Amino acid sequence: MNIQEMILTLQNYWSDQKCLLVQAYDVEKGAGTMSPMTLLRSLGPEPWNVAYVEPSRRPDDGRYGENPNRLYQHHQFQVIMKPSPDNIQELYLDSLKKLGIDPLEHDIRFVEDNWENPTLGAAGLGWEVWLDGMEITQFTYFQQIGGLEANPVTVELTYGIERLASYIQDKENVFELAWNEDFTYRDIFYQPEYEHSKYTFEESNTDMLFELFSMYEGEAKRAMEKGLVFPAYDYVLKCSHTFNLLDAKGVISVTERTGYIGRIRNLARKIAKTYVAERERLGFPMLKKEEK
Amino acid sequence: MSKNVLFEIGLEELPARFVDQAEQQLLENTKKWLQELRISFDNVRSFSTPRRLAVLIMGVAEVQTTIEEEAKGPAEKIAKDESGNWTKAAIGFTKGQGKTVDDIYTKELNGMSYIFVKKHIEGKPTNELLPSFNKVIESIQFGKNMRWSTETLRYARPIRWIVALFEEEVIPFEVASVKTGNTTFGHRFLGDKIQLTNPVEYQSKMKSQYVIVDSKERESLILEGIKELEAKEDIVIPVENDLLNEVRNLVEYPTVFVGSFEEKYLKLPSEVLITSMKEHQRYFPVKTKKGELLPAFVAVRNGDNNNINTVAKGNEKVLRARLADAEFFYNEDKKQSIDYYLEKLERVIFQEKLGTYAEKVKRVVSITKSLTSMLSLDKDATRDAIRAAEISKFDQMTNMVGEFTELQGVIGEHYAIHFGENEVVAGAIREHYLPRQANGNLPETIVGTIVSIADKLDTIVGCISIGLVPTGSGDPYGLRRQATGILRMLKDSRWDISLEAILNVATKLYRSVDIEQEDWVTVTNNLHEFFQLRAMYLLKEIEVEQDIIHAVLDKQIGVFEYTEKKAQILSEKRNDEAFKPVQEAFVRILNLASKAESTEVNPAYFETASEKALFEQYQANVLPYRQANQNKDATLAIATLSELAEPIHAFFDNNMVMADDEKIRNNRLALVKNVALLINEFANLTLIEWKQHN
Repeated sequence: MNIQEMILTLQNYWSDQKCLLVQAYDVEKGAGTMSPMTLLRSLGPEPWNVAYVEPSRRPDDGRYGENPNRLYQHHQFQVIMKPSPDNIQELYLDSLKKLGIDPLEHDIRFVEDNWENPTLGAAGLGWEVWLDGMEITQFTYFQQIGGLEANPVTVELTYGIERLASYIQDKENVFELAWNEDFTYRDIFYQPEYEHSKYTFEESNTDMLFELFSMYEGEAKRAMEKGLVFPAYDYVLKCSHTFNLLDAKGVISVTERTGYIGRIRNLARKIAKTYVAERERLGFPMLKKEEK
Repeated sequence: MSKNVLFEIGLEELPARFVDQAEQQLLENTKKWLQELRISFDNVRSFSTPRRLAVLIMGVAEVQTTIEEEAKGPAEKIAKDESGNWTKAAIGFTKGQGKTVDDIYTKELNGMSYIFVKKHIEGKPTNELLPSFNKVIESIQFGKNMRWSTETLRYARPIRWIVALFEEEVIPFEVASVKTGNTTFGHRFLGDKIQLTNPVEYQSKMKSQYVIVDSKERESLILEGIKELEAKEDIVIPVENDLLNEVRNLVEYPTVFVGSFEEKYLKLPSEVLITSMKEHQRYFPVKTKKGELLPAFVAVRNGDNNNINTVAKGNEKVLRARLADAEFFYNEDKKQSIDYYLEKLERVIFQEKLGTYAEKVKRVVSITKSLTSMLSLDKDATRDAIRAAEISKFDQMTNMVGEFTELQGVIGEHYAIHFGENEVVAGAIREHYLPRQANGNLPETIVGTIVSIADKLDTIVGCISIGLVPTGSGDPYGLRRQATGILRMLKDSRWDISLEAILNVATKLYRSVDIEQEDWVTVTNNLHEFFQLRAMYLLKEIEVEQDIIHAVLDKQIGVFEYTEKKAQILSEKRNDEAFKPVQEAFVRILNLASKAESTEVNPAYFETASEKALFEQYQANVLPYRQANQNKDATLAIATLSELAEPIHAFFDNNMVMADDEKIRNNRLALVKNVALLINEFANLTLIEWKQHN
C-alpha cells in the first residue's frame, strides 16, 4: 500500500466514523495538535470530530535528506474526537486492519506515554501504540489545553504516516517509500528536505527572524485585543515556527530561550480563554446542532 | 452455605508501573470492605493484567454476621433527674437506638457512670450489601489519574466493563456510567467477548481466552521461555527484576522470542546497546557464557506463537533504526573536540538565575580546587580533579547524550578517552553523577568523589541561595537526593571534614558571584535545616531513634562518619544496664548545669575531697577525651567520659552544691558546668530519653 492509498484509506475510514474531513492548516506548525482544528476546537463543551493530514515542520530534525528516519517535515494523520467515544481503542484498531495490518500476525500494544506541550499549556495521558516494537501512533486523552481543563475530554490519535508506511512497505529508508505507483518520497521531498536544512542551519536571516518574531507577537496581541481569536492564533503559530527556526540555528541565547517560550505560552493561554468566551457568547452553536 | 464472588474491572491498558500496586490495593481494600460489612469469607485472591484488575472471594457467607452491640449514652447524672427518674436525654437516647428505658444498664468509664443499651443487629442478606463494591473500585489510588469523555471520576485509565458475580447472579451497581454484568473480554486479538457463569471458573475460562490473569504465572511463563532459549541457543540472558516486572505487566499472554542485529553495532559503547534494548524497547540483552554482549535480544510478545517471525523481524527493524542513529551520532560526535562542546555549554542554561552550564562548571572547578587543598591531595590527583571538573559537563552537548540522556557521564567517559584524556579524568566524568538514586552506588575514586561533591554542592547551595528550597513532593532539581549523596560520600570516604566546612566553601563562593540571592541569614538557615533533614533521614535508615538523632545533630552535622558512630554507640548504651549509673551521673550534671553562671573554677574554694577529685578527674580526662573525638573513636570517647561517673556521684552524695556560701556555691556550679560542657561536646545528651528500667 503506498502512502497515497494509506491516506485515502484512513480518510474514508474516519469519515465513516462521522469525522469531518478537513484539510491541512495553511500556517507552518510543528505538529498536527497545533492546528486550530485541534487546539482550539478541543476547548469548551461543544462536540467535535475531525480528521486531517498535517505536514509538520521540525527545523531541528532537518538532516539534509541524509538520515533514513529524520525529516525537517513529516506527515501526521490526525483524528480528534470530543467527547472521547467509549470504543475509541476498537475504532483505532479497526483502522489498522483497513491498512492491511492484521493484529493476529503482529504484536500491537498500548504502552504508557504521557504527552505535554508546555508552550501551549497542554497535557494529556495515553499511550504510544507499538506495532512489533515500533511506535506508530500517539494516543492521547487531553486533560488540559491552553492552561484550561479539558471538559469533556477530547481524544487525539496521531498516526506517524512515514513510520507506518515504512512498516507497511517494508522499507528501511523513508526516501524509498512509494507515495503512489510512480513517485517515491525522494522524488517529492528530497530537494525541499535538503534545501530547508541548508536554509535552517546555514542561510536563514537571523536578524529578520528575530524581527519577525516580535512583529508576529505584536500582531497576535493586537488581534487578541480586538477579540479576533483565529487571526491571533495564526500569529502565535508563526511565532512558534520562527522560534523553532532560530532555535535550530542555535542563536537563541540561554536566558532568552525560556523567555521566548514563556511569551508564546502566555499568548496561547489568553487565546484559549478568549476562544471559549467567544464560543460561549455565540451560545456554543455546535451543542445545539447536536441536540437536533 | 457459602458462595463465591467475583469482581473484574476491565480497563484500557493500565501503565505497567501501576498494575502490581493496584492489584495489591484491590486485595487489601476488598478485605477491609468485607470486614466492615461483617461478611465472613474463607479467602480472597486477586488478579491483574494490563487490561483488568480482579478479586475472587471464596466462601462468602450468605448472610451478614449478626452482632450484639453496646451503645453508649449520656452520663448517668444527666440521664436521671434528682428524683431518680429518666430524663428526656435518656429517653431520647433509647428511642434513637430503637429501645426503651427498660433496656438501660449502667457502666463505669474513667470513674464516671454512663448509661448503655444492648443492640441486637440482625445480619442482612449478603447480596443486598455487595453493590457497595463501587466504593472499593473507586478507592484504588494510582500515581497519575485522568478523566475521559464526560465522566468526572479520575482513574489511571478509562473503565470499560465491570464483571460482578455472586455465584451466577449479577451484583448490580455502576462506576463511571459502566454497569456491572457477566460479560468480559478475552485477549484483545486472540480472545472473544464471553459470559462468565460463575466466579470460580474465572481463571481457567480466561486462560482459554488467552489471558493469564495471575501475574506471577505470566512471570514464570516468561522465565521458562527464557530458560528454553538459553538452553537451545547456548546463551545467557541476564534477567533484571524491574524489567521482568514491567514486561509481565505489558502482556496478557506472553510468548518469548529472540531477535538479532548486525554485529557491527557491537562497536558502540555497550551502555548504548543496553539502553536501546532495555529502556527504549523493553528487550532483554543477550550475552555469551563469558559475559560478552551478543548481537541479539530477547523480547516478549503479547500473544501466541503464530507469525512470530514477522513480529521478530519488525522488532529487529526498530532496533536497527535506533542503533543506526546511535552509530551516526557516535561517529559524528567523535569528529569534534572537547573544546568544541565546552564552547557550546556557554549557550545552555543551567538555571535561569544561576546562569549557563559554563558558569556552573566554573563554580564546580572552584569548589573542586578548595576541596583538593582541604584534603591536601597530591599533585597528580589535584590536576586530574580540576581537569575532570572543567570537562565534567562537555558530553551534555553531544548528539549521543541528546538522544540517550540517561547515559550522561557514561558517554562522557567513552568520549573523553577518545579525545585523549587519562582514565582517572574520564572515569570521574562518569562518577560525578553518582549516586544516581539516594541509595545508589557511590563513586569509587577519590577524584570522582571530589567532583561529585563539588557539583552537587554547587547545585544545592545555588538553588537554596535563590530560594528554591524543596517543598513536599516538589524537588525538581533533585536536591534531596544530591544532599543525601554528599553525606554518604563524606562518610564513605572517611575524610575528617565536617559538612559545615565544605558548605562554607560553597557559600563563600556564592557570596562572591554576581547572582541575585536571598539574604544570607535566610540562606544559611535554610541550608542548615535542609541538610539536617537529610542527615536525620540517613540516621533513621540505620534505625537510630528520634531523640538520639536530635542529640547528635543538635549543634551541627559535623564529620558525618563520626556523627553516625556516636548515634550508634548511644543507641547501644541506652539499653545497657551497666551504663545506667553513668547515665544517671550525666543527668545529675546536665540538670544542674543551667543554674551555673560562670565556668571559672577556683581550686582554692574546694572544701571537700570529692569535689576536688571530680575536678582532677575532669582535668585528667579532657585531653584523652578530645583526642578520642578527634580520632572519631566514639567508644573511647564514651569510656573516657564514663570515668567521670563515679566522682560525679561522690560529688553529689557528699556535697551540698547549693551551699549557703555564694563563693563555694558558684565554684561548685562552675565545676558542674564544665563537666556538662564536656559531655555535650559529644552530643546534646539532655535530649535523650533514657530508657533503662529499674
